[in-house]
Amino acid sequence: MASTLVIDKAAPTRTVKYGSMSRDRTWALRWSYFFLTLFAIFSLVPPIYMLITSLKSSAEISAATNPWWVFHPTLANYVQLLTSNQFLTFFRNSALVSILVVTITMLISVPAAFALARMRFWGSATLATGVFLTYLIPDTLLFLPLFKMFAVFGDWTGIHLIGKWYVLVIVYPTLTVPFCTWIMIGYFASIPKELDEAAIIDGASWFQTLTRIFIPVAMPGLIAATIFAFTVSWAQYLYPLVFTTATDQLVLPVGIITTLIKGDVFNWGQIMTGALLGAAPPLIIYAFLMDYYIAGLTAGATKG
Amino acid sequence: MVDVAFQPNSVAPARSTRKRASLRVALKRKSTAAFLMTLPLILLVGILVVYPAFYSLHLATLNKSMQRFVGFGNFEFLFKRETFWLVVKQSCIFALSAVFFKALIGFVVAHLVHNVPAKGQRKWRGMLLVPWVIPPAMSTLAWLWLFDPSYSAFNYTLAFFGIGPISWLGEPNWARFSVILVNVWFGAPFFMIMYLASLKSVPEQLYEAAAIDGANWWQRIWYVTLPMMRNIIAITTLFSLIVTFANFDITRILTAGGPLDHTHIFATWAFRVGIEGSDLPLGASVSLFMVPILAIAAVFILRDINKRGNEA
Repeated sequence: MASTLVIDKAAPTRTVKYGSMSRDRTWALRWSYFFLTLFAIFSLVPPIYMLITSLKSSAEISAATNPWWVFHPTLANYVQLLTSNQFLTFFRNSALVSILVVTITMLISVPAAFALARMRFWGSATLATGVFLTYLIPDTLLFLPLFKMFAVFGDWTGIHLIGKWYVLVIVYPTLTVPFCTWIMIGYFASIPKELDEAAIIDGASWFQTLTRIFIPVAMPGLIAATIFAFTVSWAQYLYPLVFTTATDQLVLPVGIITTLIKGDVFNWGQIMTGALLGAAPPLIIYAFLMDYYIAGLTAGATKG
Repeated sequence: MVDVAFQPNSVAPARSTRKRASLRVALKRKSTAAFLMTLPLILLVGILVVYPAFYSLHLATLNKSMQRFVGFGNFEFLFKRETFWLVVKQSCIFALSAVFFKALIGFVVAHLVHNVPAKGQRKWRGMLLVPWVIPPAMSTLAWLWLFDPSYSAFNYTLAFFGIGPISWLGEPNWARFSVILVNVWFGAPFFMIMYLASLKSVPEQLYEAAAIDGANWWQRIWYVTLPMMRNIIAITTLFSLIVTFANFDITRILTAGGPLDHTHIFATWAFRVGIEGSDLPLGASVSLFMVPILAIAAVFILRDINKRGNEA
């Protein structure tokens, strides 16, 4: 109330004094909205176009009518894909790989981050830097040596991993673990030392300090890391393209591209439907957990 | 907290015998526990990241059947091939221009979002980040369809303005443009989010002080915003440089390197040579050319991150 009174008192002078300034601000705001709308259209055109095409029949697509409008909406593409065993296999493979990779990533990176953030030991600082450096090594540098390594491993032991979907469960953690460890180190390091000192004084073991103090307190970071691990393993395209070829072993992105594109024949209605269904899980997670998603995105550079 | 406070004797019984051990033993045990906790990480990184990275160095010195040591033979072969120099050129054009436009668009959009009332920011941010959320392989398919030679939605729209049909992916320079456009579309939201986060951390008083001193908007950006955001801009740009330089999905799906190898970048060409041409050593040599630029960027990122650590 007090503040409104003050503003009321100053109001007459302010309008006179800053009249042009507030008009400038209104215009600045209008221009901001105008350009934001332009950029939002630019961002949303491909996903919206996916949706539009997915609702068309192939007859309507090849008739080359207005591409931005659906004249005879149909769900035939969705029905076809969701009842095809092949597509459901891709979906199951993707889900299995992603869930297993998320579990493995968390099991490896949370204890490691705890140890690196709190329990100083010989070489721990170097190791933390090393973890960050490995995060900067891209998949495109490693896929050829990894392919050869798994081939040699198969020759030596008789366990042929190449071509099976579970080889991806072994390979994907190289993409997720370094980053998740890195951001969890940041989150753990931001927890006040008094908290775990109190726990240690009360007789808690290191394991109890981790499970009863660090994990609950750093829950937002843990959720952000989980989302990151899931989206990365869901979206990976290079490794499944290199390591799997049989159609019953493919994951969604590679499956859609290799099976729905047959030679030069593009069944665009189905491709767009498949792409939209493939994009759905990350989009749904994003819609519900946007703040965690963004926290994980910015944590890589702002924490640590 | 309460749970822990009320369990004073919860130390595992097996360890109670060691309770009277000296401090040194306790320290030793702590570091052993810490080492065991990091062991899976060390093994994973060692076996599946560090070892293959060095293994590719070895791989690059073998001949196609991987039975004979040829030293720098693969590199000599590459230097003589015209395609290789096309790839080097295209990789540089692709990475530098894509990162530049991503940073520029991200900077502009972050300011626009920062400008609108705080209530609506969430909604705009949510819409603008969508390109980053969709798996790139899936969204590139949508772009491929938008660029389609006979049913291109873009050409349909441009026809209204009397602009003739453009062969988006068929003509080398347009194909280069298209690949960069899709990469900018995918990567700009990341910059936007990073810049927005750092814009919000610039104290409002600095702008007030600048306004009192009579600074115009350009001076406010140049003398207040940019110096305050310098570190984030550097880290984000270097990081994006690494990711863009090593990009695979977009080029692979959109053009697969065509037309006539004009849009191949290191990663897609390494895949073409190494997996599709089954010449792993040559592919490994191609991908090794990414290392210098990655190493330089990594050194600068580490320096910036350590600097941040000292400031905090």
